[in-house]
Amino acid sequence: MSLLEIHNLQVTFGGLDALSDLDFSIEEGEIVSVIGPNGAGKTTFFNTISGMIPPTSGEIIFNGESVLGLDPNQITEMGIARTFQNVRLFPNMTVLENVMVSQHCRTSQLIIGALFQTKAFKQEEKEIRERSEEILGFFGTRLVGYRLDQPAFALSYANRRRLEIARAMATQPRLLLLDEPVAGMNPIETAELTGLISRLRDEWGFTIVIIEHDMKVVRDVSDRVVVLDHGVPIAQGNYDEVSTNPDVIEAYLGRPVEAKS
Amino acid sequence: MMTSTLDSRKLFNLNWKRILFWGGICALSQVFICLVGLPSELNRRILIESTLSLGYLFILWIPLVFGYIVSKMVELEGIENPKPGASDLLAGALTGLLGSLGLVLVMLGIENIDMRDPLINWNPKLFRLLTFENSITFGSLVWISVGVVLGTVGSSLHQISGQMRKMFSYSIFGLFTFAVLEDVIDDLSEGFRLEWLSDLIYAKKGGMTVTSTIVLAVLLALLPLITRGKLKATVTRYRSDVTPGAQRRNSVMLFSIIAVLVIVLPWFLGGIINELLANVGLFLLLALGLNIVVGLAGLLDLGYVAFFAVGGYTTAVFTSPNSPWFSPETHFGISLLVVVVMAILAGLLIGAPVIRMRGDYLAIVTLGFGEIIRLLFLSDWLKPYLGGSQGITNIPPIDLGPWEVRGADPRSVFYMVLAFCVLAIYVSWRLQGSRLGRAWMAIREDESVAEVMGINTVNSKLMAFVVGAVLASFSGAVLAAKVGSVFPKSFEILVSIIILVVVIVGGMGSITGVMVGSLVLIGILGGPRQPGLLQEFQNYKLLIYGALLVFMMLKRPEGLVPTARRTRELHQEEYLQDAWLGDEETEESKEVEEKL
Repeated sequence: MSLLEIHNLQVTFGGLDALSDLDFSIEEGEIVSVIGPNGAGKTTFFNTISGMIPPTSGEIIFNGESVLGLDPNQITEMGIARTFQNVRLFPNMTVLENVMVSQHCRTSQLIIGALFQTKAFKQEEKEIRERSEEILGFFGTRLVGYRLDQPAFALSYANRRRLEIARAMATQPRLLLLDEPVAGMNPIETAELTGLISRLRDEWGFTIVIIEHDMKVVRDVSDRVVVLDHGVPIAQGNYDEVSTNPDVIEAYLGRPVEAKS
Repeated sequence: MMTSTLDSRKLFNLNWKRILFWGGICALSQVFICLVGLPSELNRRILIESTLSLGYLFILWIPLVFGYIVSKMVELEGIENPKPGASDLLAGALTGLLGSLGLVLVMLGIENIDMRDPLINWNPKLFRLLTFENSITFGSLVWISVGVVLGTVGSSLHQISGQMRKMFSYSIFGLFTFAVLEDVIDDLSEGFRLEWLSDLIYAKKGGMTVTSTIVLAVLLALLPLITRGKLKATVTRYRSDVTPGAQRRNSVMLFSIIAVLVIVLPWFLGGIINELLANVGLFLLLALGLNIVVGLAGLLDLGYVAFFAVGGYTTAVFTSPNSPWFSPETHFGISLLVVVVMAILAGLLIGAPVIRMRGDYLAIVTLGFGEIIRLLFLSDWLKPYLGGSQGITNIPPIDLGPWEVRGADPRSVFYMVLAFCVLAIYVSWRLQGSRLGRAWMAIREDESVAEVMGINTVNSKLMAFVVGAVLASFSGAVLAAKVGSVFPKSFEILVSIIILVVVIVGGMGSITGVMVGSLVLIGILGGPRQPGLLQEFQNYKLLIYGALLVFMMLKRPEGLVPTARRTRELHQEEYLQDAWLGDEETEESKEVEEKL
C-alpha cells in the first residue's frame, strides 16, 4: 500500500481547473519532486493535501484513510506536515516557541495540568523543549544558542526557511511537503539544504514531496519527478527521463515556431 | 542659562508656520474645552482658596503645554541643534497669545451671537467666567497676558537646566496632586490620625490655603535636591542585577512588599478609598479575564459584559429570597459553583457559533451577543424568571463564618475581590507559559498557519473564551453580593468597552499592565457607574477615556506596562536595527565569503 494515494483529484476555482485528473501515489521513504511552470497548480496541490483547500472531486488517501473533509489540524495529526512557499512563521514568537507550539498535536496537557503544575505537565513540557532543541540542532548552530530566544522575524531569510522546516518536523509527520525550500537562498545555502533534505529521509524517516524550481536540487534529491502543467500531470519518472521528455520541454520553453505553422 | 543676546535679526528669525500651527491648535483646544463645559462645570471645585478653581486650571494648562511643544526641537543623533535663545521664548509667547485669541473670540461670540441651541455651554455662565464678571476688554487683556506669560514659561522650560526643570515639574505636579486629591488626603489623614495635617493644608471651605500652597510649592521643589536621583539609581541597580539568583530574590522581595502593602493598607484607609479599591478590584478581575481572551488568544470580544451579567444574575437567583421564580437561597459558596458551571455553559454557547469568525467579524458578532444577553435580562419574556427591568434585589451579603462580605463594608469586599484577583493572576500566569498559551499565541499570530501546524484552533479558542467567561462571572458574583441587587442596566455595553480600554491602555497580554491600567483608569477616573478618585470628572469620564485612548494609540500603542513581546512586535524595525548593530548577520556573510 502506498503512503499517499491520489485518485482523479480535481480542484476548480470558478471556471478554472487548478488541478484536474491527478492520479498519483507516493511510497513510504520516497523523495518526489513536483515541478512545473508558474501557475501549474503545484502549490494548490499542497494546499489540497494539507486540507486548506477542499477538492472539487477525487480522493486523497493517506496511510489507508481518506483525508477529505478533515480539518487541516486533523490532517497534520495524521502525519502530513508542510512548509510554505512564502515563509509563514509566527513572526513574533521566538525560534524555540515556533518549534514548541508545533508539537501541539502530539501532546495533550490542558488547563488543569498547567494550573496545578502536575508531574505529567512538567514532564511533557520538558520533553517538548528537549525535542525542540534536538530538531533545531539538526540545522547545525544556526538556530540554537542565543537564537533560540530571538523572535522569528529577526532571522535572516535562509534561517527563516530552515525554521519552517524545523517547525514542520516538530509535528512528527510521516509525509513532509516542502514548498520551494531553497527559494531565495544563495548557492552555498542551497547546496547545504539539498544535503539536509536527503538526511531528513535517511535519519528521520520522512517521506518527502518537494516543489522546487531549482533543477539542480531536483536532480540531486529526487527519486521521482512529477511534472504538472495547467493542473494536469504531463510526465512522471526519474529526473533523466523527465528532463528529456518533449512535453516537459514544451511546457517550460513553449512549442518551437516551425511546429506551430 | 538664558541667552541675553537680543540681536533683533535673530530674535525675529521665527518659524512662523510652526507658530501658527501650534498656536492654532492651542486656540482650538482652549475653545473646545470651554465649549464642552469643563470650566463652567468645574468652576465650583476650588483648588486654591479664592485664587484658582479646577475649571480655570483646565484652560490654563493649555498655553503652557503648547509653549513647550512649539519650541521643542527634534533631537537627532549626531546633529547639534542650535542653542535655544530668546526667539524661542518669543515663539512660546506668540503661541500663548494665539491661544488666548481663541478665548477672546468665544467671549465676543457669546455676546453677539446666540448659539445655545447646538452648544449648550455657549451661555452667559461661560461668559461671566471668561470675563471674570467684568468687561470683555478686561477679560481679553487678562487672558492675553496670561497666555503670553504661560506660553513663555512653557518654552523657557527648554532653556533652564535639567535640575531646575525637575524642580519645576515636581512643584507643579505635586501641587496639582495635593489640590485635586483633597478628599482622599482628608480621608487618609483621618485613617492615620493626622487630621491636623489636612487642616493645615486645606481651607475650611475647600481648596488649599494660599500660604500652604506657597510652602508646599517650595518644599516640593526642594524634593529633587534632597533625593538627587537616588531613587532612580536604586531602580537601575535593581534592574541591572541580572544574575538569576539575585533576580529571583528581588522579585520575591518586591512581591512580598506589595503583598504586605495590599493586605495591611486597607485598615488605614477610609471608606471612600476602600470602596474605590473594591471597584478597581472588580474591574481588574474583568480585565484579567478579557486579557486572556484578547491579549493572549487575540480574540476581540466586545460582548464580554455578557459573562459578567451571567455571574451576577446566577448569584442573584441562587442567593436572593426575592428571586421571582426559583429561589433556593443557597449560600454564596454553593451559588459560586453554579456560577462557574453557568459561565462555562455561556462561554460555550456564545463561543461556539462565533468562534469560527475572525478579526473584525468576531468583534461585531460578540458585540451583538453582549447586547442580546442584556436585552434578554430586560425582556418581558424573562420577566417572570429574572425580574425584567426591576432586576433582582435583596441579595444577601456573603457569609464567611466569622466574616461577612457586604457592600456597606467596602474593606471586606476588597479582600474578597483580592482573593479572586490573585486567582485570576495565577491562572493567567500559568496558562501563558503552557501548551495552551503557546497555541493561543500562534492563533493570534496567524490562525491559518496555526491550524496547519496541528493546532485545533476551534477548541483552543473556545477554551480562551471559557476561561475568560469564568473570571468575568466571578466578578459579576461579587458585584451582586456587594451591591445587593442586579439590574440589566448594570451590564450595558459600556462595561465591555471600558474593560477593553483598560486592557489596551495597560498593555495587552501583560498582567502587570492590566493591573496598572485598572488602577489608573478605574481608580482615578472611575468605572462606567463607579466614581473614581477624581469624582469631579464624572460627566467627562468618557471624553477623557477617549482622549487617553487616542493619545496612547499614537504615542505608546503597546500600553503603559507592555510585555517585552508586544514592544518587540510594535517596534520591529528598532529591534532589527539593534540586532543588526549587535552583529547579527555578519558571521553568516563571513561564512559565505570563506566558502566562496
